[in-house]
Formats: sequence, structure tokens, C-alpha cells
Amino acid sequence: MMASLTHATTTVAQTVSLFDGVDGFVLPVILKLAFVLAVFFVLPLVGGYLEHKVMGRMQHRRGPVEAGPFGSLQLVADGIKFIQKEDLIPSAADRWVFAVAPGIALVPAMLVFLVIPFGPGVFALDFELGLFYALAATSVSVLGVLMGGWASANKFSLIGGLRAGAQLIAYELPLIIAAITVAVQAGTLSLVGIVESQATFQLFGTGINVWFVFPQIVGFAIFFVAAMAELSRPPFDMPIGDSELVFGYMTEYTGIKYAMYMLTEYAGMISMSALMVVLYLGGWQLLPGVPLPGCEAGGGLFDCSPLGIALGVAITIAKIMALVFVMVWARVAYPRLREDQLQRISWLVLVPLSLANLAVVTILKVVF
Amino acid sequence: MAATSPPGTGLLKGLGVTVKHLFRRPSTLMYPYERDDLAPRTRGVIALMDENCTVCMLCARECPDWCIYIESHKETVPPAKEGGRARTRNVLDRFAIDFSLCMYCGICVEVCPFDALWWSPEFEYSEYNMESLLHEMEKLREWADTVPAPPPLDDGAQPPAEVADAIEKAEKERELAEAKAAEEAQAKEQGADAGGAAPAAAKADEPKVEAGQIDQETYDQLIAEGKSERMARSKAKAAYVKKEKARLKAEAETVGDDGGAEQAAAPKPAEVHVEAGQIDQETYDQLIAEGKTERMARAKAKAAYVKKEKARLRAEAEGADATASEEAAATDESAAAADQEPSDDRAQTSDDAPAQETRKLGDVQVEGAGEIDQEVFDQLIAEGKSERIARSKAKAAWVKKRKQEQLDQEGDA
Repeated sequence: MMASLTHATTTVAQTVSLFDGVDGFVLPVILKLAFVLAVFFVLPLVGGYLEHKVMGRMQHRRGPVEAGPFGSLQLVADGIKFIQKEDLIPSAADRWVFAVAPGIALVPAMLVFLVIPFGPGVFALDFELGLFYALAATSVSVLGVLMGGWASANKFSLIGGLRAGAQLIAYELPLIIAAITVAVQAGTLSLVGIVESQATFQLFGTGINVWFVFPQIVGFAIFFVAAMAELSRPPFDMPIGDSELVFGYMTEYTGIKYAMYMLTEYAGMISMSALMVVLYLGGWQLLPGVPLPGCEAGGGLFDCSPLGIALGVAITIAKIMALVFVMVWARVAYPRLREDQLQRISWLVLVPLSLANLAVVTILKVVF
Repeated sequence: MAATSPPGTGLLKGLGVTVKHLFRRPSTLMYPYERDDLAPRTRGVIALMDENCTVCMLCARECPDWCIYIESHKETVPPAKEGGRARTRNVLDRFAIDFSLCMYCGICVEVCPFDALWWSPEFEYSEYNMESLLHEMEKLREWADTVPAPPPLDDGAQPPAEVADAIEKAEKERELAEAKAAEEAQAKEQGADAGGAAPAAAKADEPKVEAGQIDQETYDQLIAEGKSERMARSKAKAAYVKKEKARLKAEAETVGDDGGAEQAAAPKPAEVHVEAGQIDQETYDQLIAEGKTERMARAKAKAAYVKKEKARLRAEAEGADATASEEAAATDESAAAADQEPSDDRAQTSDDAPAQETRKLGDVQVEGAGEIDQEVFDQLIAEGKSERIARSKAKAAWVKKRKQEQLDQEGDA
């Protein structure tokens, strides 16, 4: 085990971001910031458009059709509308906290994209603790939700915020345990390293190269469910449960602040899907054991030609959108759970299951 | 039944249902680009046929929102007959519906006893300011052009009394025309010298008269008798056509100076005037025996009575003088009836060409009321009408054209 761990860390240290290929200090930083911002503002809109369209078609509607080609600019139009709207703050609200809360929810959602690799070299940072950082950053968002719920001076907002807090505590645990299981398997916390280790990973006792989703299908399911719950996506959207709580912690928010909360949710969908792609679905690998064209090193994943890079990014984004599609699919298919059912599923099913999964994977890792 | 399916089957089933629907055709109608054929009784906008309105105020009083505004004044109508009594009637000055208040309950349409208010399926009349939603009489009249024809009767349903009567009348007319044709043929055979003039005279018998105007006298009289405005208007139109035709014929004949003049002048309408109201018991019994409704039987029996009485009176007046053209008598009789016997009205309606034609148009069913007549549309637009009005009118024109075509085809066949 130790041998494999050290092996993994040594290879990871060699991977560098494309943006570091530019000379100087300031320019790479600017490029990285631009990359993160571009990803943060574009991909959630693509995911949102996908959700609109898929939800519409599943309900025999067409979804947006007017704004832009096939309605693709609908969310941009919505954004412009939100900016124009009056920014209301309830008179009883804690003004400062109320105003800051959406930002506190938004910024961590943006920061997650710092470490997520979208292709060979297409990432801003390759942290040694990339996975840890990503999970920590996503957890901060709920602070903004709690603050918004508390500062609104509205009982629905407060209950919504507290529900969101309870939901985060309940589902953070299985999520992290599932992620730890992957880290144990890969022998590294670096997200790039995890992708690389999947290129060389062989199923226990056999010579077949597979992604982590195959040995850890249970872990993947746990991560997926927990991610949906953490993002309070339907059917786990009790914090904003319209039928009971008006709109939960967002009840009092209007205009751009409301848009920030919504953007947080959609960015969370993208970042969680991206994490799942990296942890379980082989990152920018097309198929297990198939090297990307134009890529030389690391099992056909690194040192790529421009074509290979573009292909890798396209594959990653396609995988992310496929996962977003499944999230939307579940949203359309299932009714919202009750608050107590939500807690039961986490504490009585997901947490024991993820612990068992961790134990099994660890044992297998040691044995083989 | 115990649930035997393994856990999670339900979840997968749910996903299966939604994914199955993902690949179905969306049921969206791309509205501004596609338009649905709305049901004829759609509550789109309320149309006013102001000529039917008697200012009874029922609609305004029943309106739960009080959104109907009516203003009127009284006018005195001169007596219809010599020595009669002058009557007053209400003349509508203003009729407005405030669609910013209207809740589309349709009570006004239901309650209108004279069919002055109608539902039209047009709904695209939103405005940028609220005041524009107050539709005055002219606008409400324009909506009336968009009122669709009533839906066709069910299979095997009895035709409405007026339609049945009109059909009967038309058949009688045809028989008369056939008899006349036979007579003419006979006359041709007999008189060789008159042969040249007869066809020309026959041509002059059918002068073309532009329909559309109304005979004010008939109209006033019918109104005074309490008929609905719409009916009075259509009959007055018919009477106008008839009178015009008679006048033109008379002119032609005085110019032509031939013997036809005494023929036309001979039977005065007053001579064969019959008091309506009684019924012909024989006809009545027969119709009842045939299973007609009591109402229809009575109406027809009344008509039969009038007809019989007239025939009898004429026979008395003219004695054995059978030379008077039967055709002329029949025409004059019906003209007289149209003028003076409104109780017989339903049968008489079919006597005049325009009324019969519109009725027939109403009989024809045309598929697809959504298309528009481009020519009419362009013309109306050129006249400065709003696009909406132009479209709805062009739609109506299209339907009318199709119907006319269909009628012509039937006529050819």
C-alpha cells in the first residue's frame, strides 16, 4: 500500500497546468482567474439550459424556445432581468447579513472550480489536497444559506435555512466517506492524481483497466444521492419546499441576490458532477484503457497535443452534462421527500453503507 | 397481493416513465406562429349586433361587474297603416363593454332575449392602457363579424322550423317555376308571332337588383309589430329587392308598351289580402300525424291557411279569368305576404333570393376556419383597419368563399 501511495504522489507532482506554461507571474494568475470565472459563468448556464429543456420535454413541453437559437440564451435573458429588478430588503431584516449572505453562498461555489481538472492540463491548480479543498469549499456555501435564512426575519426563511443546515450535516458525512474511499483507492487526494490513477487502475486480481465507478458502484450511488441532497436539488429540496415554506431561505430575496443563490445551486450541480466525473468516471478518459489521441504520458492522459486537450475537455464536459441530466431526470421523476424521511435515509442508510463501503474497499486495497 | 418486486423497482419504474415521455412529441402549440381552431363557443370577446338590441337593459342589469354601459333615446315611429297608432321605440345611442372589468361569465349573452350579444372566439385585444379595453359600439359591432356559425346539427336531428319551412317553400317555388316554364313552352308553340318577344320579356322579368339596402317601410312596420331587429332587417332587405324588381319590371314593361302591362297591373296585392292567424286544420292534422312538432305544424298550417284563403279570394275576384299569369300572381302574392303578413314570416323568408342564399350558406359546412382570405385582408389593411380586425374579417370572408364554392359545385352537380 505504501509503495503504491508513494508511486502515485510522485507522478502527480509532475503534472502542471497549461496556464503555467506562460512566462511570468501575473499573466498565469490572470489566465487562471479568467478560466475559473469562465467555467463558473458558462457551465452552470449550460446545465440550466439542459435542465429547462429536459424538464420541458419530459413534461410534454418544449422549454425555452424564443431567446436565442432554440432558447439557449434564456438564462442570460433571465440574468439581465434579475439585474433590472428592484433589490428589496425587508425592514425587519438584518440588513448587512441579509446583503452579504448570497455572496457567501456564491464565492465558495466559484472557488471549487479552482481545483477541478477539465482536461489534460486544463485546470487552475493541482493541489495535493485537492479533494479535501473541494469538499471543504462546497460545505461553506451552506453558511450563506443559513445566514440568509436567519437575516430575512421571516419564519419560512428561518425554517428553510435551518433545514438546509440539518441537511448539510446529514449528507456531508456519507459524501465525505464516499470520497475518502476513492482517495484510499487512488492513494492520493489530488484530483489530477485520482484521474491518473484511474487510467492505470486494474480491477482487483484481474488485469482489466476500469474506472473507480466499477469497484465502487455503491460509493458512486452514495455520492450521487448525497450530492443531490447537499445541493438541495429535488427530490431533496426541503429547504425551499414550495408547498410548506413558500421558497425557504430565498423567500425574501429578489433580483440579483436571488439570482446569486440560483447560480450557486447550478454551479454546485456542475462542480459536484465534475467531482463525480473525476472521482468515479475517469475524468477526461473516453473509455477505460483507451488513451486519448495525441497524448503521450500517464496512460494516454497527459502531455497532449491541442487536439487531445480539446477532446479531453469535451469528454469531461459531456460526462458532467450526462450527470446533470440524471439529476434533472430524478427531479422530474420523484416527489419531494419529507424532512424526517430525508434524515432517516442519511443516518440509517447512507452513513452505514458508506462506512461499510470504505471498510470493504480498504481491505481489498490491502489484500491485492 | 403481496408486493413481490425487489426494492428499488418503483424508483426505476418512475425513471422509466419520465424517460419514455422525454421522447414524445411536446404538445405545445407554438402560439403566435400557429393558431388553434377555437371552439365556436369559446369565450373570447363579446360581440354586439346592435340592430338586434332593443335597449331592454337586461344585460346591463344582470352583469355582475356592471361593465356594460347603455345609452338610448326614444323615437316615434309613424303608424304603419292608415289610421294606425304611432309607436315609440328605443334607439341605441351607446353600447359599451369595459373588458377591463368583464369577467367573461357570459350572463349578458345568456340573458339577451333578442340575440344582440354573442360570444366570439377572438381574444387578441390586449392593450397597453386600461382605457382602451372599453369597447364602444362600433368595435363591438366589428367583433360580430367574427362570430362563428353555430355548430352543425347532430345526425338525425330535426331541422329548425324556419329551415324546414324554407326548404318547403323553395320546393314549391321550383314547382311553380317548372309550371311556368311549361306554360311558356306552350305559349311558344301556340303563338308564332309573339315568340320573338316572349323571351325578351322573360329576360326583363328578372332584373338584377343589388341586395343590401332595406325597405324602410317594411322595416318600421315589422319593428312596430314587435319583431326582432335582425329579422325585420332581413325581411326588409328582401322586401326591398322584391319591390325594386317589381319597379324595374314595371318600368321595362311601360317602355316596352306591350300587352304585358295589364297582366302585371291586374292583381293588386290588396285584393288578395288575407287576415293571418287562423290555421288550416287539415294541414295541421296531417303534419301532426307525420310526427312534426306541434309548433312547426301550427306554423305550416297557418301558412297553408293563408295560401288557401288567397287562392279562394283570387278565384272569386277573377272569376273564370284564368289567363292571368300564374307566375305574376304568385310573385305578387308573396310580395304582399312579405309586406303585410309577417305572421307568416318564416315561410316567406325563402321567397327572396338573398335571404335564401345566406340560409344555404349557413347550411354548408366548411372545414378549417383558420385560414384567411388574403385579398380581403390586404384590402382591409389598406383601408387602415387594425390587423386583428382585418384578420378576423378575412377569416370570415374565406369561410364564406369556400361555402359559396361548395354551393356552386353542388349547383353544377
